[in-house]
Amino acid sequence: MEVTLNHYLLLAALLFMIGLFGVIRRKNLLMLFFASEILLNAANVALAAISYYTNNIQGQIMAFFIIAIAASEVAVGLGFLILMYKRMNSVDLDNLQIMKG
Amino acid sequence: MEKILLIALFAPLAGSVFAALFGENKKTLVAGVIPSLFLVIGTACSLYLLTVVMSGTVVKATLFEWIAAGNVSIDFGFVADQISVVMMCVVTIVSTMVHIYSIGYMSHDEGFNRFFSYLSLFVFSMMVLVMSDNFAGLFIGWEGVGLCSWLLIGFWYKKPFATWAANEAFIMNRIADLAMLMGMALLFWNIGSLKYDIVFAHAKLVDAHTLTIAAALLFIGAMGKSAQFPFHTWLADAMEGPTPVSALIHAATMVTAGVYLVIRAHDIFILTADVSYFIACLGTFVAAFAATMGLVNRDLKRIIAYSTLSQLGYMFVAAGIGAYWVALFHLMTHAFFKALLFLGAGNVMHAMHDELDIKKMGGLYKVMKPTAIMMILASIALAGIYPFAGFFSKDKILEVAFATDHKVLWLSLLATAGLTAFYGFRLIMLVFFGKENYKEFFPKLHPHEAYPYMLYAMAPLAVLAVIAGFFEESLIALLEKAMPIFEPHISSGEFFMLIGVTTTLVVSAIAFTIYKYSKGGFSPSLENSTIYKLLFNQYYIPELYDRFLVKPYTRMSDFAWKQIDLKIIDVVVDSIARTIYSSGEKSRDSVQSGNLSKMLRWMVAGLIVLLAFAFLYSIAVS
Repeated sequence: MEVTLNHYLLLAALLFMIGLFGVIRRKNLLMLFFASEILLNAANVALAAISYYTNNIQGQIMAFFIIAIAASEVAVGLGFLILMYKRMNSVDLDNLQIMKG
Repeated sequence: MEKILLIALFAPLAGSVFAALFGENKKTLVAGVIPSLFLVIGTACSLYLLTVVMSGTVVKATLFEWIAAGNVSIDFGFVADQISVVMMCVVTIVSTMVHIYSIGYMSHDEGFNRFFSYLSLFVFSMMVLVMSDNFAGLFIGWEGVGLCSWLLIGFWYKKPFATWAANEAFIMNRIADLAMLMGMALLFWNIGSLKYDIVFAHAKLVDAHTLTIAAALLFIGAMGKSAQFPFHTWLADAMEGPTPVSALIHAATMVTAGVYLVIRAHDIFILTADVSYFIACLGTFVAAFAATMGLVNRDLKRIIAYSTLSQLGYMFVAAGIGAYWVALFHLMTHAFFKALLFLGAGNVMHAMHDELDIKKMGGLYKVMKPTAIMMILASIALAGIYPFAGFFSKDKILEVAFATDHKVLWLSLLATAGLTAFYGFRLIMLVFFGKENYKEFFPKLHPHEAYPYMLYAMAPLAVLAVIAGFFEESLIALLEKAMPIFEPHISSGEFFMLIGVTTTLVVSAIAFTIYKYSKGGFSPSLENSTIYKLLFNQYYIPELYDRFLVKPYTRMSDFAWKQIDLKIIDVVVDSIARTIYSSGEKSRDSVQSGNLSKMLRWMVAGLIVLLAFAFLYSIAVS
């Protein structure tokens, strides 16, 4: 069976759904980060696949950008996470409601 | 020439604005002097215009197009023609004198500057009223004088009754003005213009029935402004204002605006004989009705106010019969002697420290001779004795009534002339002669004459009250270009008989009054008689109004406020607001919970909604 673009896109959609489910359900901030990484990488897979099949290099460039941005986002986010844990002894979202309006 | 007209019109406004600049300051003499000077300019311009109009030219000025909507086109125009120029002269002369007088009269009042601002504004409104060349401008002036009247009656706003009287005057005038506005609308509807020239030229073409209704509505407006029955109660109560105001507004000028309207619109009233006859009858009734109330009243100013009402009745009789020039003539002479009478009353009030009960005065002739002499002159003019001004105009009205076979009206007016002489001299006798009652009531009071310049301001009016009757010929010569001159056709024998009867009656009434009051007046037991009580309580009309109009209306308003407004309208509006508020409160609690997890869910939900939209849109486009 030949692997076509649709298979890749299906994989990307599956990954995206998993990521989305994680974003909605997870209460642990660390897990939330993982879920958002899955979301970003679902997009990366889709971009790389479309780029390959349409012979357009721009999609892969975009994927690289996303990887770079995701890396820096994780670096900053984890820094905050550690600070938060030190201050509040918890990374559970239900305990972080200081922005209640 | 146009400029002179505009100067005459706007000089009082300039004076008013000038005085208003000092409105918040302490009393400044200049705030009284400058408006008076502006009025002198206005008077000079008016008199000059009088000479111009007498030579046969009508001066017109159009400031700008005022209302232009669809086929409605009303210019802001002014005119000095034969009728308005007479009014302009009367208004400016009397107001100038009253302004100068007021500088002295109001000199101890803390509202001095404010007073002059209002007074000049009144003169401006009155000038707009008389000079406008269309009904709309007349109405502006009409409302303007109403406003100034309200401001000035309630000038001493700390007195509860003064504010009450001001409101009464304003509200009664509003009721009548509604009718007038409707009359104007009816004319406009049928003719398509409000300009006098056009309206009067086309009045004949209007259906007679419609024209009668329009004339009646206009006359109801005139009744309100001229305080004719049943709108008469406000005029006596308006005496709560400062006395110069009573002299200027409630005797000489504003209350005669109703007569002016009838004279101005004589082309319409000539065509509506029924309305004119009603005017004459109502005028006769009010003349007698008001004179009887003046007989017994003890309030110095109210007596003069009833006299004004009565004289306005005379003017309406003349206008109703069709002798419009006689109405204007009596309006003019009346303005002079009645303003003089009021200003004299002001001097008496100053001397008596604002006491108004004439039974508590007496013997003031000794201490205030000039005032007494001028008031006696004014009273003789009011009674109508040759050669004083009142003789010429009032006898003319009687003559006209006699000549047109309105014998009942004539008899009633004749009797009223006797009553006029009686109450006029009753006032003089009780105030200036007889026992010095004030020494008993106010032992510490030392009455003194007013400032000399106040007397000088009264002097021109006194001169005019004496000689104004001799202007009859020139007035006829002036007015014959503007209106049909009504000359009563009676033989010279009848003419002298009429004069003889009237003069005899008036002189004997005066003689009787002087005799009776020099003997100490009527016995007090008369005060217990029914008729005295009826007259003294003004025929119980104010009480009837209070009981059958004011009280039910107050109850109705109370009901509307407490039951309809508070319980229905407010509740509905409040519940709408409360629903919106509480729904906002609830949604804020769920959205702005501060829980990141929930927010993310909202975000996802938003994303799904947007995707759905995009999907549906793409379907719709393809």
